[in-house]
Amino acid sequence: MENHSLTQRLIARPEFGPFVLLIVEIAVFWGFNHDFLSPQNISNTLAFTVELGLIALAMTLLMTSGEFDLSVGSLFGFSPVLMWTLFNAGVTSLEMGFVIALVVAALIGLVNGWFVTQLKIPSFLVTLGMLLVVRGSALFITDGFPQRTWSAEGSWLAEALVGDFFIGPFRIYMSLFWFIAAAIALGYVLTQSRTGNWIQAAGGNPNAARARGVNVNGVKVGLFVLSSLMASLAGVISSLRTSAANPNSGTGYELEVIAMVVIGGTALTGGRGTIIGTVLGILILRVMRNGIVLIGVPGLAYNIFIGAIILGMMALHSWLERRHQAGT
Amino acid sequence: MAEPLIRMQNIRKSYGRVQALVDANFHVNEREIVGLLGDNGAGKSTLIKVLSGAVPLTSGDIFIRGKKVTLRSTSDAIAQGIETIYQDSALVTQLSIARNLFLGREPIKPPRFLNRMDQDAMNTVARDLLKQVGISKNIPPTTPIGSLSGGERQAVAIARAMHFDSDLIILDEPTNNLGVAETQGVLSFVRNARDSGHSCIFIAHNIHHVFQVVDRIVVMRRGKVVADDIDPKTTTVTEVERIITGMSDKDIRDALADGKPGH
Repeated sequence: MENHSLTQRLIARPEFGPFVLLIVEIAVFWGFNHDFLSPQNISNTLAFTVELGLIALAMTLLMTSGEFDLSVGSLFGFSPVLMWTLFNAGVTSLEMGFVIALVVAALIGLVNGWFVTQLKIPSFLVTLGMLLVVRGSALFITDGFPQRTWSAEGSWLAEALVGDFFIGPFRIYMSLFWFIAAAIALGYVLTQSRTGNWIQAAGGNPNAARARGVNVNGVKVGLFVLSSLMASLAGVISSLRTSAANPNSGTGYELEVIAMVVIGGTALTGGRGTIIGTVLGILILRVMRNGIVLIGVPGLAYNIFIGAIILGMMALHSWLERRHQAGT
Repeated sequence: MAEPLIRMQNIRKSYGRVQALVDANFHVNEREIVGLLGDNGAGKSTLIKVLSGAVPLTSGDIFIRGKKVTLRSTSDAIAQGIETIYQDSALVTQLSIARNLFLGREPIKPPRFLNRMDQDAMNTVARDLLKQVGISKNIPPTTPIGSLSGGERQAVAIARAMHFDSDLIILDEPTNNLGVAETQGVLSFVRNARDSGHSCIFIAHNIHHVFQVVDRIVVMRRGKVVADDIDPKTTTVTEVERIITGMSDKDIRDALADGKPGH
């Protein structure tokens, strides 16, 4: 095992498949349309990519611990609606509205975690229920209408989250740095920290982890809270950038985020997760969405490609897994 | 005689109307490998579950070195120095050998607030432990448990119990599904554990495996300990089998009193 060459070790890594796929994807789109790698297109793609990406990073840890969260898309819509409603009604400042939205999101994560760990209800059902509750609340608060968002200009919160500037021809939003910081921090937590070991053990063999004194329930509840917080943050960032707070925004994001995580190589069944893989998975799906539009495929055909990629990646992972088990 | 390491006294355990343990008395001395035998439903697993904190007892007392203890959970039992190794279930297959060894007790590199595992230290200790437990093959400590053989997994679990100073290591069917060479490996890990000062309870369906490694055999039947001082050196497998399958108590006494030299 130890005499394997560096190349072989790279190929054996779970991130290798997604990495190759991303390169191929970029090469193909660029071949069809050279505008694909234009600064403007890259800037546009990155802006929204990091918003979904923030949720996918948290979801990676949650899925590694053996759970997942379907309520993230609804929180993505709900949190900015709550923040803007409080602000527009003159109840709080925008910043305080943001803090309140985060606290409410944390509480929602806590409730998800409590149902899953204490009542032992599968996270699929708990977070599906929560999805409806949260989306319903957003629609109820707003009567289904978008909130006014025109007054964020000049707020330090907006500057810190989505302030933009140019590096050469590239328009960069502050959210990119938040995403990079979150990726590094969560990658560190998962691979280097003691908590990361507990997260993987909680997903891999919760009974063994419990027997060693690991607080499996605590780990899971914490990750549900993290997932809700990230979805809430992402929703607020997106709303500040696009100057819109629509109670329906984020619909369907939960599945796209889970697809990103799974394509990156994190096991749906828990126990194994990779932040690098998730970053690749995020890029693969967003580049695909952007690329097929650029090369003239109807946008409505997007899901066909995403579905095909998911199936293809799953086949690759299962093949690698079997090869691994066979010891070759 | 010195107070034994573990003494279980008048242990009763009932599941509803079913009496799984009826006044069972059982002890393990220091540095001793005890073979626990009995037919299916004799109460071995229940006795072990009680001792490992997995199920609460209905009545009775457990003493560790003469001190009465209450074992409410498996982590309670581990904290008291009792480690139970069920085949496969004790390890996380996705994690490496080193990460499994230290799961829940990972050493932290300073500064502590970074919560960073000292992976070098973990790997060094893991390498030494694998040698100590008697794995001859050179397996890197970063290997995931999932790619180890059944015998190697047992070795990792035993190594972990040894490292964290468990006084008593309970092995539940450690040789199930193992090949001949692997079984011999596991038996030698158990001997090594005893020689470095640990006691073991060894449960196996295969009586021959038990005979090869234990210092004393205890037989259970219908929730009771019916023989607790069988010397494997002076008793034959056939005699023990007769005790397990159940004869009159007089027959058992006779069989034991005969003390025919064994195999």
